[in-house]
Amino acid sequence: MTGLVSFFRRLEGPQTVGRGPAFWSLFAVVLAAALAYPLFSDGYTVGNTVYFFVWVFIALSLCVIWGYGGSLSFGQTAFFGIAGYGYGVLTLNFGSAYGFTLVALVAAVAIAALFAVLLGYFMFFGRIAGVFLGIVTLAVTLMLERFMAQTAGPEWHIGSARLNGFNGMSAMPPLTIPWPGEPIVLFADVGLYYLVLGLLVLVYLALRILMNSSFGNVIVAIRENPERAEMLGYDIRKYQLITFVIGAALAGLSGVLYTVWGQYITPSSMSMTAAALPLIWVAVGGRSDLTSTVIGTLVVLAAFQALTIYGSQYALVFMGVLLVLTVLIAPNGLVLGVMNWLGRLATRFTQKAG
Amino acid sequence: MSLLELRELNKHFGGLHVTNGVNLTLEPGEIHCLIGPNGAGKSTLFRLILGEHHPGSGDILFAGENITALKSFARIHRGLSVKFQVPGVFKGLSVRQNLEIALQSRHRGAGLEAEIGRLLTFLGLESEQTQTAGNLSHGQKQWLEIGMAISLKPRLLLLDEPTAGMSPEETHMTGEMVQRLNADGMTVLAIEHDMAFVRQVARRVTVLHLGQVFAQGSIEEIVANERVAAIYLGQAHA
Ligand SMILES: Nc1ncnc2c1ncn2[C@@H]1O[C@H](COP(=O)(O)OP(=O)(O)OP(=O)(O)O)[C@@H](O)[C@H]1O
Ligand SMILES: [Mg+2]
Repeated sequence: MTGLVSFFRRLEGPQTVGRGPAFWSLFAVVLAAALAYPLFSDGYTVGNTVYFFVWVFIALSLCVIWGYGGSLSFGQTAFFGIAGYGYGVLTLNFGSAYGFTLVALVAAVAIAALFAVLLGYFMFFGRIAGVFLGIVTLAVTLMLERFMAQTAGPEWHIGSARLNGFNGMSAMPPLTIPWPGEPIVLFADVGLYYLVLGLLVLVYLALRILMNSSFGNVIVAIRENPERAEMLGYDIRKYQLITFVIGAALAGLSGVLYTVWGQYITPSSMSMTAAALPLIWVAVGGRSDLTSTVIGTLVVLAAFQALTIYGSQYALVFMGVLLVLTVLIAPNGLVLGVMNWLGRLATRFTQKAG
Repeated sequence: MSLLELRELNKHFGGLHVTNGVNLTLEPGEIHCLIGPNGAGKSTLFRLILGEHHPGSGDILFAGENITALKSFARIHRGLSVKFQVPGVFKGLSVRQNLEIALQSRHRGAGLEAEIGRLLTFLGLESEQTQTAGNLSHGQKQWLEIGMAISLKPRLLLLDEPTAGMSPEETHMTGEMVQRLNADGMTVLAIEHDMAFVRQVARRVTVLHLGQVFAQGSIEEIVANERVAAIYLGQAHA
């Protein structure tokens, strides 16, 4: 019992909105609904929902690096692409037997993280910050996109995996869990849904603990005033690098899950548009809060898809308008604004009752 | 052994010679005030001591160790701490969280809570603890940052204009804070324009002018020094 209480305490703190029995009861209800949802839906719709969930990881990566850490990175889609291609290359070469797809998932995420170690070391230990960090990460992303786009020729292959230029890579095997008798293949419907949902809950809770820990304190301190943070004795470059690598791993996870979901990955997943969209979800939701980011991303994605029925150009315009509105009305995010308002309402209510 | 020793420190910003062969020695346990007209190079000297700027030539010795090449955070670990001229609190975070971030590397759990409480009392900020630091008055921000700086239990505390923006009463309270810290063994080097504060706390005063040590002595000697008066008057006329 005390163990449970202390677990919940570590999930809460000034760095995350939502605390107390009311919040966690609501959380349990939403989780139960999410678990029950495939029972009341069809495979196609469930698969579509997986597609939404997949993007939440990259949104969370930006939330961590930008919202908490204060470094605006345009490089998240680069890590997304690297991990996506990484999964493709690995599984197209080595297949899906003996649970290798799961190994490939972890390895692909690790490759993205390793790339972030190199890039991050160069940036943070070179004291590149602010606008320049944005420029460097964007340049890396676009360079990768250009590079992958010109790999159409047969000479561009890694082992038996052709890179295929602008058409991208496809037909990689879905995630397969080895099982006595018959292996379980997680196609992009109910099976993958539960895996991704599980990962999402795990990542969300782990990030809550991390951000409310003393590590998270230093991360937001660097966002608020890097000079002051350093003059409290923190080697801020190390903290920035670790945050960047965590973010890269999350973006990489998004990339692998996306590749697994659609069984393809193309260079356009690293394009300018692809790099800009997560920024909009996170900004509209509330970049400095994990919960707001998750809700904001899902809501904006759903709205985007609903609008795409009338034409994708309208949907993009809508996104732009939404971003402008956010900046004007609630610069810290629309969802976060609403959550804070609800929080104040709840305090007033409990004070009256008490 | 002296606690801090600056040897022939030189720093140029382009053509501007901001510190020009500065020699300064601080003994353990003293409260030393650094005064001088605007632009004399006082804050720059602090940044050199802290490793935010690197001197073109000269050496910085702390407790006998040459720290000239050390990174800032490593100097902090040796026992240096600072309150900046422009208060460098974490504006978007609560007062309490500001102190927690400063204290968390030395305290955990219940001990951390107790330390935060003690520090809030010392600073007179108990009733402000849940406020966002950015909403504090200028004087309260100064106190909060002093609190963060002393959280590290430094051997040498650097204060850059700690009483700027404070009323005479608040200035006096700040002076008392500094004296209490000093009584507990902390050596203090303070940049200050407010002569009431300097009179209250300083045992020795160094006057910096155009990047050079212009005069040094007790507060009485400095006040009686006509050349010192002249540089301040000169500035007033300029
Ligand atoms: N980073 C910098 N680049 C260029 N010049 C600088 C820099 N920092 C300070 N200076 C210049 O160096 C001189 C000394 O500045 P410094 O801030 O050290 O003065 P100060 O004695 O602290 O003055 P004040 O009492 O106004 O705070 C000034 O002329 C200032 O403009
Ligand atoms: Mg100054």
